[in-house]
Amino acid sequence: MASATSIVPSAGPVAGSRSFLSRLRQGDEIARIITFLFAASVVLVTLLLVFDLWEGSALPRHKFGFIFFRTSVWDPIFDQFGALPFIYGTLVTATVSLLIAVPLGIGAAIFLAELAPARVSDTLEFFIDLLAAVPSVIYGLLGVFIVVPLMRQYVQPVLKHSLGFLPLFQGPAYGVGFLTAGIVLAIMVIPYIISVSREVLLSVPRDQREAALSLGATRWESTWKVVVPFARGGILGSIFLALARALGETMAVTMVIGNTPAISVSLFASGYSIAAVIANELTEATSNLHYQSLIELGLVLFLLTFMLNGLARLLIVATSQRGAGMGNA
Amino acid sequence: MKRIAGLLLVVLAVGGVLWADSALSITGAGATFPYPMYSKWFDEYHKKNANLEINYQSIGSGGGIKQVTEGTVDFGATDGPMNDEQLKAYQDKHGSGILHFPTVLGAVVPTYNIPGVTAELNFTPEALAGIFLGKITKWNDPAIAGANKGVTLPAEDIVVVHRADGSGTTYCWTDYLSKVSDEWKTKVGKGGSVNWPVGLGGKGSEGVTGTVKNTPNSITYVELIYAESNKIPYGRVKNSAGVFVKASLAAVSAAGAAKEMPEDFRVSITNAPGKAAYPISTFTWLLIPEKFSDAGKRDAIKGFVKWMLADGQNYAEALSYAKLPKEVVSKEVKAIGKIQ
Repeated sequence: MASATSIVPSAGPVAGSRSFLSRLRQGDEIARIITFLFAASVVLVTLLLVFDLWEGSALPRHKFGFIFFRTSVWDPIFDQFGALPFIYGTLVTATVSLLIAVPLGIGAAIFLAELAPARVSDTLEFFIDLLAAVPSVIYGLLGVFIVVPLMRQYVQPVLKHSLGFLPLFQGPAYGVGFLTAGIVLAIMVIPYIISVSREVLLSVPRDQREAALSLGATRWESTWKVVVPFARGGILGSIFLALARALGETMAVTMVIGNTPAISVSLFASGYSIAAVIANELTEATSNLHYQSLIELGLVLFLLTFMLNGLARLLIVATSQRGAGMGNA
Repeated sequence: MKRIAGLLLVVLAVGGVLWADSALSITGAGATFPYPMYSKWFDEYHKKNANLEINYQSIGSGGGIKQVTEGTVDFGATDGPMNDEQLKAYQDKHGSGILHFPTVLGAVVPTYNIPGVTAELNFTPEALAGIFLGKITKWNDPAIAGANKGVTLPAEDIVVVHRADGSGTTYCWTDYLSKVSDEWKTKVGKGGSVNWPVGLGGKGSEGVTGTVKNTPNSITYVELIYAESNKIPYGRVKNSAGVFVKASLAAVSAAGAAKEMPEDFRVSITNAPGKAAYPISTFTWLLIPEKFSDAGKRDAIKGFVKWMLADGQNYAEALSYAKLPKEVVSKEVKAIGKIQ
């Protein structure tokens, strides 16, 4: 911390020491130092987190090395730990949820921002914000009591009957599994996508729409070809926010995924996610290797989120340049 | 005037905090299964000894063992005894040992949802091991039907449901299966979380019972207390004397009395001998260090254990825990002297 504070005054070397003192007296410099410390603490916490996860997982890292990522046996009794089923389950459920949530969420956001009367839009926005604030265990209960029975009795038999030739929809249907977890996650993340996308769409300048309309575009054409591309960066941001939530969701997923560390092509099969297994097994992990393997899973989840976030940044940068280009045109 | 009154209040509050601090506070952590019992005990004991407060956090047996070994709590609690490796780790760290004190007993029962079957089913050890190994896959399998003459069992697939979270319940269940099935012992083993050959995982007792309620032709296991307090019907299990026994507090205590108690109290009473014994029973233990550096804490804990073994036992049955057998109590009273 001491080194961080000593950097700050030297960070503003252009101004002389006198003006530094006067700025200090006026409070500007104090505010700067304090807010800098707050900002620096974010980086510090992140680094601490990685360091702690790295230190805490020394045993399995040395024992298994990269095999940890390739094997799929998770046996606390015979000390065999492989992360693959958990990584697979995390990615599959997040993908399924985005496949459902993105079209629904963006469609709803377009309606609310562009087509709905302001009063309807604001009222609905209130409910959407409310949905975003519901604790995940409530969504888990919704999953257990409503989605799972619906899936077992209606959705899965229908899918099996119509699309059963695909390996995705085969095998016994218990109601729990990848598909159900993906659907519950989708319900959870849709409010994020709608809420953020709506704001972004609303902030698109009026001139853009008027220009498109004056060129003879229909209302839908101006929305789809001008407003949405203009807001693309923000919409992508909302999707990656949703992805981050889907990857890390614990409670709702563990309640409906079936908690079986197995890799199956079928979406009806039960699986497991990284966050869920950590929450389930950490408290009763008595052997050091078991405990530290769970910590290493935490590290894996962190890296996974980190990589996907980086990817998101790149995507946003790439597309927002195009968006800005269109804005200038 | 108002300001003086406010000041007085602050002084009183600070004084109160300081005074409360001067009272003795002991912390413990561990098993969740006996938590209702322990919180009742600590509450009652506090009423009798106003200057002693015992705080207990039910963070799970694994956490309890970890924390008492690290010395962050004064005592631990666990549903499965510490193994030799863990005892050695404690010895290495503290230079002295840790003692197990059984407090109450519990049991684990099989419960199921088979449409059209309302009778209480009988389970043989072979049937339970076969079902959970994934070898017996139909309800009308002779291994199940043979013990249930007169009950029409469907030719449906059995859906096995097990706990996904690590738990003492799973420890007791797998400890039992390891004793009655060699295949289970070598393939799966016993522990708070194991690599299940088949089945769906539910989170917590409410998770597994919820899944069973929702899934036709399913079977799972829960604590006797949980089944009793939620009015969930459960089956009988054949004990080592060949009798089908329904779990009850008496049958569980009988299992606790059936086995010779070793000096360190680390005993597994699953598949206990005796006609009246329910075979899937277990003790739950307090983990108390042999040496305390703080004499006040040492005396307080000794006092509590003494009380728990005498008056404390009377609170057990109201909360659906089975009392300790008399022989175990007298053996434990002697062991209190080991705490120094």
